[in-house]
Amino acid sequence: MQTKLAINSPPRTGVERPARRRRLNDLLPPLILTPAMIASLIFVYAFIAMTIWVSLSKWGTLRMDLNLREPFGYTYQQMFSMPRWHANLRNTFVFTILFLIGSIYVGLLLALLLDRKLIGHTILRNVFLFPYALSFIVTGIAWRWIFNPETGINLLFDGLGINHLITSMGGTPFKPGWTTDPSVLFSINNWLGVIFPGVKNMSVHLGIPIALIPVVIAACWQLTGFSMAMYIAGMATISNDLREAARIDGANEFQIYTNVIMPLLRPISVSTAIILGHVSLKIFDLIFAMTGTGPGFATDVPGIFVFDQTFKATRYNLGAAASVVMLFLVSLVIVPYLWSSIRKR
Amino acid sequence: MSTATSSPFYSLRQALPKTFWDYIVLVVLLGFMLFFLMPIYVMVVTGLKEARNVSLSTMWNLPQQLSGGGFVEAWHRLEPNLGNSLMLAIPATIISAVWGSINGYVFAKWRFRGSNLLFGILVFGMFIPYQSILIPLIQFLQRVKLYGTIPGLITVHVIYGIAITSLIFRNYYANIPDELMEAARIDGAGIVRTYMNVMLPLSLPGFVVVGIFQFTNIWNDFLFGVTILPNPAAQPVTVALNNLSGSFSVDWNVVMAGAVVAALPTALVYIFLGRFFVRGLLAGSVKG
Repeated sequence: MQTKLAINSPPRTGVERPARRRRLNDLLPPLILTPAMIASLIFVYAFIAMTIWVSLSKWGTLRMDLNLREPFGYTYQQMFSMPRWHANLRNTFVFTILFLIGSIYVGLLLALLLDRKLIGHTILRNVFLFPYALSFIVTGIAWRWIFNPETGINLLFDGLGINHLITSMGGTPFKPGWTTDPSVLFSINNWLGVIFPGVKNMSVHLGIPIALIPVVIAACWQLTGFSMAMYIAGMATISNDLREAARIDGANEFQIYTNVIMPLLRPISVSTAIILGHVSLKIFDLIFAMTGTGPGFATDVPGIFVFDQTFKATRYNLGAAASVVMLFLVSLVIVPYLWSSIRKR
Repeated sequence: MSTATSSPFYSLRQALPKTFWDYIVLVVLLGFMLFFLMPIYVMVVTGLKEARNVSLSTMWNLPQQLSGGGFVEAWHRLEPNLGNSLMLAIPATIISAVWGSINGYVFAKWRFRGSNLLFGILVFGMFIPYQSILIPLIQFLQRVKLYGTIPGLITVHVIYGIAITSLIFRNYYANIPDELMEAARIDGAGIVRTYMNVMLPLSLPGFVVVGIFQFTNIWNDFLFGVTILPNPAAQPVTVALNNLSGSFSVDWNVVMAGAVVAALPTALVYIFLGRFFVRGLLAGSVKG
């Protein structure tokens, strides 16, 4: 198994070139890369610049108008005063945190459990990674059906006798509305309002929207296998000698994991968190197929916001502004990661 | 993920649970297995039921009688779009793999001043949210008359696929020893002949990894498909499936069967070529 992760640079080749071919051979490598670099400059960088321009322009209807809007950046100002956008930022934040905790810790747990190499571990590993091969649309559709409050998971609770137990003890039956529930848990508006008075008057509750929880579960179902695979690959590089040495020093199996293996896996946790974190900042298809904007924008995210504003409302400048914020958030995570991987050599 | 043991008897004896904790580990793993298989069970079982038998209260039960269930209608509705997805994913995968192989070769073996920086500039493109280039992209496609066409979407997937294919191939070629390059140099081969005579014959595993990875990514794409192909007849299967699930005239058994049908090609690739799939996702380390 090749365990070189992501973007580590290869060692410099020691190939010396003969003098007469040096000129050509020095020119050819950049020349061969030119088409790809031009494509990248146009389709990535120039297009980003154009999108930024659109976000600053007056193009807010079907009729194209690329003149700059006055005052400068007014579309952003408008967007950041929209309750829907507040809900978007809250949802992205909550989703990313819950999703990273779920997928990384469960992925690590699965990798550690499979590392015992007990019977069937190969099959289990393949089962855990299988959802990764599926489309987010497929995942969204399956989980929407499972979290249908009339049936699905609630029916399973009934079937397991959980509600029977609760009602017999005088409680109300546990029937969450899941994706249809607009309420927000652990709202911190009042608490935060002590420091920032404006927060008290926000129409959006800062907390964990209940409807977002099923989406987090679906996303974890799909991507936990990825972090598991990363950890398994990482553990394969830890030599058995190291484990043996720890064993000889009197460490028990549990201590070998906590004191030897886990610290060595830290770089893997960082890469996994960055890759999954940027996926979650971009998340679109899964939510589009599973819940859409959700009740009271409880599951709305910037990816959906951009789509709605650009392709449904044809407010191109607003859609572009939201996509620029998305790009900014992703860059905050990715650029330092790329920079350090490429400098490391 | 090399298996530590090659003899089946040896590995079986090793693999049997011995201690109390081993049994706990097995039980926890089996619990997770049920969780991971549950949505697949729901999709297949619901898809196999007849519309009148898809009642909310029996969702978890097995179908009463064996029949095609929703699969007949799902196949009928999605078949043209499956064709579109194939016509889209296969050429786009091949072109971006070949192009990525050439770039990866240069990035790995013919490094020059600034090539690392160029590599970083190129690779950044695979992490961006594609929402942030969609408006200019659509205008561009309209201008060159490729908007709304499958060749247009192929072009898009090739262009935005170069970064990841170059990255995977660079990591692949970096593991090929420099001594082979040296031998080719002594024979008087330059950059092109070394690629054709030395690297390309060794590239088959790399092409399999990149091919599987790109095919899966392109097959599963939704954002480009839904924004660049407004005409339902030309849309890829993910978009058609989403339309199917959003339409009120369609029963749940058909939607679930449709989900199975749309997932099948990549699922089969995973089941039969899973080893290469894992290598691709570790080398690329990104899910779009």
